[in-house]
Amino acid sequence: MTDATAPKSLLAQDVRTRRRNAAEARFQAYGIVAISISLGMLAIMLWTIFSDGVSAFRQTTFSFPVTLEAERLDPKGNRIRDEMAKVTTIGYTNLLNASFKAHLEARGIPFEGVDDKALAAFISRDTPARVRDMVLADPAMIGQTVTVTGFTTGRIDGYFKGRVTRETAAVDTNISAAQLDLADRLVDAGIMRTGFNWQFFTNPDASDQRPEASGLGVAIIGSAYMMILVALFVLPVGVAASIYLEEFAPKNRWTDLIEVNISNLAAVPSIVFGILGLAVFINFAAFPQSSPLVGALVLTLMTLPTIIIATRAAIRAVPPSIRDAALGVGASKMQMVFHHVLPLAAPGILTGTILGLASALGETAPLLLIGMVAFVANYPAGPFEGGFLDPASALPVQVYSWASRADPAFIERSSGAIIVLLAFLLVMNILAIVLRRRFERRW
Amino acid sequence: MSLIKLSVSALAIAAVSATAAVARDQVQVTGSSTVLPYSTIVAEAFGENFDFPTPVVEGGGSGAGRAKMCEGVGPNTVDIANSSSRITQKDIDTCASNGVADIMEVRFGYDGIVFASDVNGPEFAFTAADLYNAVAAQVNKGGAIVANDYAQWAEFNPALPAQDILVLSPGTKHGTREVYDARVILAGCKETSAYDLFLAASSGADDRAKASDATKACNTLRADGRNVDIDGDYTETLARLDASKNAIGVFGLSFYQNNTDKLRVATMGGIVPSTESIASGEYPVSRPLFFYVKIAHLDVIPGLQEYVEFFVSDDMAGPDGPLAQYGLVADPELAATQAMVAARTPMGPLN
Repeated sequence: MTDATAPKSLLAQDVRTRRRNAAEARFQAYGIVAISISLGMLAIMLWTIFSDGVSAFRQTTFSFPVTLEAERLDPKGNRIRDEMAKVTTIGYTNLLNASFKAHLEARGIPFEGVDDKALAAFISRDTPARVRDMVLADPAMIGQTVTVTGFTTGRIDGYFKGRVTRETAAVDTNISAAQLDLADRLVDAGIMRTGFNWQFFTNPDASDQRPEASGLGVAIIGSAYMMILVALFVLPVGVAASIYLEEFAPKNRWTDLIEVNISNLAAVPSIVFGILGLAVFINFAAFPQSSPLVGALVLTLMTLPTIIIATRAAIRAVPPSIRDAALGVGASKMQMVFHHVLPLAAPGILTGTILGLASALGETAPLLLIGMVAFVANYPAGPFEGGFLDPASALPVQVYSWASRADPAFIERSSGAIIVLLAFLLVMNILAIVLRRRFERRW
Repeated sequence: MSLIKLSVSALAIAAVSATAAVARDQVQVTGSSTVLPYSTIVAEAFGENFDFPTPVVEGGGSGAGRAKMCEGVGPNTVDIANSSSRITQKDIDTCASNGVADIMEVRFGYDGIVFASDVNGPEFAFTAADLYNAVAAQVNKGGAIVANDYAQWAEFNPALPAQDILVLSPGTKHGTREVYDARVILAGCKETSAYDLFLAASSGADDRAKASDATKACNTLRADGRNVDIDGDYTETLARLDASKNAIGVFGLSFYQNNTDKLRVATMGGIVPSTESIASGEYPVSRPLFFYVKIAHLDVIPGLQEYVEFFVSDDMAGPDGPLAQYGLVADPELAATQAMVAARTPMGPLN
């Protein structure tokens, strides 16, 4: 083979080199295409979510004076709460509707073409309930004139967000052009205004007839309770299991088997943990349905393998020289672990835990079977008053249940909830990165 | 480690308080996703107007809800199962074997099933026969049963637009499917005399077996892509209809009423579906909606009796109530239901 050693120019590339370089250039191009496809998908997803969902953070409200007439709200006239409670929200709805009409007449705002029923459709059904609660809490208010502020209904609100237009109103039987004209006049008169919707974060879920009043309050509390409990349950169990497996357990067939099983558990579909939770925690242990405690126990089971794997990796990353040095100066094995290995592994453990919690936060499937995918309108009690046992929902659950509702206003709410969920996940992931950067040590 | 102590004590506290708190103070409802919106509207109003907590309402399907109700008696089982179809004998037997002896059947109204297309498309005026010809696997063509090869609506009914056939039928898991099969497909099968041909072709031993064969043949839908079963919610059907503008979707009346800006409703036998035409019986495709109450829980769960009475009250389920505004067809015999609820009459055997 003489031609292999034949002198060649270093400046001109021969055929094989050119082919090799071309292959490399092609491979890089494939990589760039792959990245662009995934980024493009992500961009489309974020764009649809944000274009649908940003409007959920703005809401149109009205305010007008209402005289709390005694003959309507306290027919017996004795200001006793339980007697007054006999006047239902229907009575309050009638009062509000009448006051609204009277206010329009007093202000000289024309509302021709808008009959009483269409006029009532401006005021969210959630307002009478709030006024009723206010009056029952303080019966002395009866007879006074108060300014009532509340949401306008979903379609009027949609008009100011561009979801309802005059073209859609022409074919929509739920709203008329005359109502939209009146809405414009009410904004000009200062009776209605659009502003940031804080109540989207605080209000509980609302029924299909009042999408405008629905909020994430109960879902955020439920998710927070679950995350607190998951962290409390998963950290000690996960860390203890990892320390034992890494530092104390003998290396034999049994520990190998356990190791393989833990890795397998991490890949089990989450719905399986829901079935387990239903059987063990609700049917056997008789924990209350729909409660954050059961949700947290199920999510703990689900995240435990992930945490154990992350923690073991963090412990393994601590160099053996540190262990040897500690043992060499006479530390016991336990002192070695708790004084030296664990503090050095802590940032890694923390990062793994936060990432595990983040994945648990976005989980819906296991909650489906334990009754948390539900309409829950009452806030759970405080954490020390048994709130962990009260029914609650969760952020991803709220996304799911709003997405399946009939009123188009819920599409915006659902995407808004996704944005909130994404924000939480982003914060948790950033926290994990910051902690790792800050405390991680490299050897 | 203090963290370990903390979490162990948290676990212990949680376990102790859980066993102490088995007495539940809110009503729990589960079942049909068709009934879910009505149930949440009532639950919300109930929470506002009574001094009881708002009931917790779950969806998940009629069958799953009834199965959950039949799991047994006790505070960790649900109180009410919503259902868009009547309870079956199998459910009643399961219930009885698990100690749920007395069930109260409450029919609170009717739900209309409507056919709708894209709002910008042509108008459709259907008969049951048209829909049968569009979606069945085999149809009657000139007195003989042949595999369905109709591609456009106008091919079997010149009054319909010359548009490609695409029907989004409710999936077999849906409660809607039952009434769709019985009131539309089977009715159309009989109208086009395909039923008689199936009956004649059947090799069943007696008349009953033959009838069951024919019904089965009628309800077999074509699988060449012109009929698509939608297993998800109506929102999925709407999204599919948005993607393929020439499709006909099957919706609940209340869902249609909330989306009249996107959907154009089709008439059925010349009748426009509305709460009035369904209440009067003119519009043929409707079904009763029920919920089933565990009588043993009525005195145990606070607010349960009040919730059930409130649900069927004229203020809620009556013709001018919020449920009717949302799309429920009020039950003309509501007064009898109210009396039954007040007397806590358990349901009799199925007929």
